[in-house]
Amino acid sequence: MHALNPNVLLAIALLPLAAAIIAGLGGRLIGRVGAHTLACLAVAVSCALSLGVLKQMYFDAAPVYDAKVYTWLVSDGMHMEIGFLIDRLTALMIAVVTFVSLCVHVYTIGYMSDDPGYIRFFSYISLFTFSMLMLVMANNFLQLFFGWEAVGLVSYLLIGFWYTRPSATFAALKAFMVNRIGDFGFVLGIAGVAYFTHSLSYRDAFAAAPQIAHAFLPLTSHTSVEALTLICICLFIGAMGKSAQVPLHVWLPDSMEGPTPISALIHAATMVTAGIFMVARMSPLFEYSEGALSFVLVIGATTAFFMGLLGVVNNDIKRVIAYSTLSQLGYMTVALGVSAYGAAIFHLMTHAFFKALLFLAAGSVIIGMHHEQDMRKMGGLAKYMPITAVTCWIGGLALIGTPFFSGFYSKDAIIEAVGASHRFGSTYAYWCVLCGVFVTALYTFRMLFLTFHGPERFRDAATHAAAAERPADATHAEHGHADSPHESPAVVTGPLIALAIPSILIGAFTVGPVLFGDYYGRSIFVLAANNVLAKVGADFTGPVRLALHGLISPPFWFAAAGVFTAWVFFLREPARADRAAEKFHWLYTVLTQKFYFDWFNEQVIAPLTRGVGIGLWKGGDQALIDGAMVNGTAAELTWLGGLLRRVQSGYLYSYAFWMMIGLALLLGWFLVRAQP
Amino acid sequence: MHGLLSILIWLPIGAGLVILALGERYIVAARWLALLASLVTLALSVPLWLHFDTGTAALQFTEKLPWIPRFDAWYALGVDGISLPLLVLTAFMTVPVVIAGWSVIEIRPAQYFAAFLIMEGLMIGVFSATDALLFYFFWEAMLIPMFLIIGIWGGPRRVYATIKFFLFTFLGSVFMLAALIYMYVRGGNYSIAALQALPLTLSEQRWIFVAFLLAFAVKVPMWPVHTWLPDAHVEAPTGGSVILAAIMLKMGGYGFLRFSLPIAPDASRELDLLVIALSLIAVIYIGFVALVQQDMKKLIAYSSITHMGFVTLGAFVIYEIVRNTGGIQGAGMGLDGAMVQMVSHGLVSGALFLCVGVLYDRLHSRQIADYGGVVNTMPVFATFMVLFALANTGLPGTSGFVGEFLVIIASFRASFWYSTLAAVTLVLSAAYTLWLVKRVVFGPVVSPRVAALRDVNGREFIVLGALAAAVLLVGVWPEPLLKVMEPTIHHLVTQAVATKL
Repeated sequence: MHALNPNVLLAIALLPLAAAIIAGLGGRLIGRVGAHTLACLAVAVSCALSLGVLKQMYFDAAPVYDAKVYTWLVSDGMHMEIGFLIDRLTALMIAVVTFVSLCVHVYTIGYMSDDPGYIRFFSYISLFTFSMLMLVMANNFLQLFFGWEAVGLVSYLLIGFWYTRPSATFAALKAFMVNRIGDFGFVLGIAGVAYFTHSLSYRDAFAAAPQIAHAFLPLTSHTSVEALTLICICLFIGAMGKSAQVPLHVWLPDSMEGPTPISALIHAATMVTAGIFMVARMSPLFEYSEGALSFVLVIGATTAFFMGLLGVVNNDIKRVIAYSTLSQLGYMTVALGVSAYGAAIFHLMTHAFFKALLFLAAGSVIIGMHHEQDMRKMGGLAKYMPITAVTCWIGGLALIGTPFFSGFYSKDAIIEAVGASHRFGSTYAYWCVLCGVFVTALYTFRMLFLTFHGPERFRDAATHAAAAERPADATHAEHGHADSPHESPAVVTGPLIALAIPSILIGAFTVGPVLFGDYYGRSIFVLAANNVLAKVGADFTGPVRLALHGLISPPFWFAAAGVFTAWVFFLREPARADRAAEKFHWLYTVLTQKFYFDWFNEQVIAPLTRGVGIGLWKGGDQALIDGAMVNGTAAELTWLGGLLRRVQSGYLYSYAFWMMIGLALLLGWFLVRAQP
Repeated sequence: MHGLLSILIWLPIGAGLVILALGERYIVAARWLALLASLVTLALSVPLWLHFDTGTAALQFTEKLPWIPRFDAWYALGVDGISLPLLVLTAFMTVPVVIAGWSVIEIRPAQYFAAFLIMEGLMIGVFSATDALLFYFFWEAMLIPMFLIIGIWGGPRRVYATIKFFLFTFLGSVFMLAALIYMYVRGGNYSIAALQALPLTLSEQRWIFVAFLLAFAVKVPMWPVHTWLPDAHVEAPTGGSVILAAIMLKMGGYGFLRFSLPIAPDASRELDLLVIALSLIAVIYIGFVALVQQDMKKLIAYSSITHMGFVTLGAFVIYEIVRNTGGIQGAGMGLDGAMVQMVSHGLVSGALFLCVGVLYDRLHSRQIADYGGVVNTMPVFATFMVLFALANTGLPGTSGFVGEFLVIIASFRASFWYSTLAAVTLVLSAAYTLWLVKRVVFGPVVSPRVAALRDVNGREFIVLGALAAAVLLVGVWPEPLLKVMEPTIHHLVTQAVATKL
């Protein structure tokens, strides 16, 4: 029962930062090998230390660590600090973050080997690791917001990593803007907490939650709202931005413009789960607000089902996985909404492994296909890329919740928990997550079939022409397009294997303690009346029995139906898929148009915003203020015009001189007048 | 330490006069002398900071000599927690201006340097004067070098811009002078401390408040008296824009804290909603206007106005906090936020104008449409520009975050809506700043001229690097700044919420 060593905690966070700074500023001095060695080493040590912390927290039952690092500022008696809170929730998160980050660091050596921005990339992903660690290790809202914005910043930089591509810089800006809309809510939530507690520390906020639950905030002179509900919804708006929940999800599919390693690390495994983590962390606040939790539930359920549908019609391998991420984030959000925070974090963990795996496998396919991402131009790759195919299948099976795979334990628990909940919106959510299982299986196996099986479509001449157009492909040109796809090097397949193992096993090994045991202790707070996980776990008798039971439960049949449908439409008889698309043309259009969210933002919101800007500028500033008030009526205009002519004709110095004279006279006049 | 403030005022002015006397023939000497003088001034402001007693709200480093005995006006100097940071900011920002103008000024370079040094002294005078008449002297005198800088080294429409600039600021100041004289007549004294203690009826306070408001609102500038600023910035040379944005706008904010709140607390309380409304209009209305600008300097100028909206919001939200919560908790945070925002805006907007200057020196265009893909040819510059842009959007870890965060948190105590409207800046500032970055910095190279750009030279690197360090330092560890201000802000809150009736 040793307390945690503060220096170890500092090292966990600061090592990646140091690597980022050295690689970022001194990249030319240390070179490519120096940069990747340093970055990998730093995150490896950080990962080892994090696993040590996890061990100490769980096996040695170390006490919760909660202390400041330094005082950021003191204003009006409010101490704003940088500090760490390490409990079992944090310990789990830092272990997941550093492990996935390590895999991605190693993978990057292979994936980015031809990229001129190699060193910069390592600097960014190390900086990301630091930011994410600061976010999850925070013991106060200030640092949470620091980490929150910092991961958003790195995400912005990495989506726009290939800055010469207009689509990438557009996607980067879009991601930042949408996240800023979320942060707008987030900052108000933080301000609300500060209003009631005059503190930014979690400890004070959590202690005050029951009192805030009875407080009201006036919105107008007649109406007021429950303060805690408002605060929690504001905080959750932040989570909606970061964790890409409808309608703030629009940035995540576009974020696929970034290099694949960061799609795995940032836009699947870690950053996008920050919102989920945050709500779980804030469970002592959310628990007292039924209204906010219902809001969370409905948003999550909508995302889980409807975003999954979009994955079915997309042809870009990365975007399919991106829509899958949206949908899975929806599942986690649903879990939060029914107070099953533990299940949300559990799914976050299993998802981090299998989704990172899927992305890295997709990246491996993309390398093998010479930067082709369109699945219609793939097919039959299993023969050429066996390791990638097998690991990708493992990821897919975990994703659809096949019994015994990690995803089964976490997803099944969420569906059961929703079924056991009586919160407003839970019926809607139950059908969303259940039908979502069918959709998940459908798009996952469509992706697997189109990519790895069926006829080999990559030999078509058109494919090569299209591939050659892609800018990033320029560096790959020397490989020659006539080659067959080839298996990726060991630095790429190694991480795939490293992630495939937990994708299979981690669920079965941890479901007992993490989901149904008391792993979280007091780091997650659930009111007794809301504790659906306890109900679900009441008859838990071990992972094997649970999986066997899973074979006869509805979600399994929904998943099996999805796989079967995918097999019929995309492997056995592909023409059927086209016929279906024609028959349900309107539905197909709605889906390919992504429910018109992007259309609305780009065709309505953006022009409207610019219109308001131009209106205020030309109409307000130029016509009204300058035209009518400053340059004034015709007479005044003449006056200013005359003044201008005089000055333009004369020498500027003389004007300055007259200005001083005038000033002195005016001053003198006032002084004389003022004489007592 | 006695006389340190006088040295800080007169040393740059003296150096400026020497450079003027030397004339254009000794331009190399003039440059080095200007750099030396600005560096020595900055160096001398360090002991001022280090020896400043953070335990008291009293004026420190005071000096007092008779000036115009007939009117009981004194050459009286001193600094407290709200003037010291702005004074040091002035000393800090003059150095990059001198370095940035090193070789790019073609006509009358010696006079250019002289004008900036003289202006530095006068601006330090504004922040350290404790006699209202002396304050007014510096306040108006400072306009002259700025007027010349825009008028001589400015762009094609410089004359329109200078006159607009002059008329706005001068008209505003006249009302302030009238108010000061009125109070002198009432109290027989120009000492600012005495004016603050002067008992005034509510109607007197109203008149005085409005007079001050006119003077300071123009300087800040607040909507709707802001239209001189974009014109002045567009026409001003780089150095002029930097000083204008970094220091001169702060005079307005400083005036509110030094004069309006303590001298007319009851009128401030009565009319606070006016200022709050104008501040929020500045944040949102101007944010939209900034979004559609085609000229980089105009965009940053409008962005300045929205950021300064946080200063006035933070200063006046204190009355609504008292009204809403019945206590003063949070009031100090509003003022802290206003002060930090001023310092931060000085650094960030100054840096952004310097960035535009770097581009302008190469391409002689400020139009966003003429750029694109600058990162390909100027990667180091692009790094700096992105950093300052992010600071402009208030990213945590940069100075831009601190003030906005404090003001948003403080205004929540006044009203959920103030906080909400102020927080809109999170979205708007990101939109206009990062859209600018996207169009100028990122993307493929758009033209042969951009392809021929050369990255920053050593001088530019030092300037931008120093500012980047300052922006990050204030963002990562603002406590030293807050600590210097703390007693003075506390005292100011007591003055501002007290009643003179």
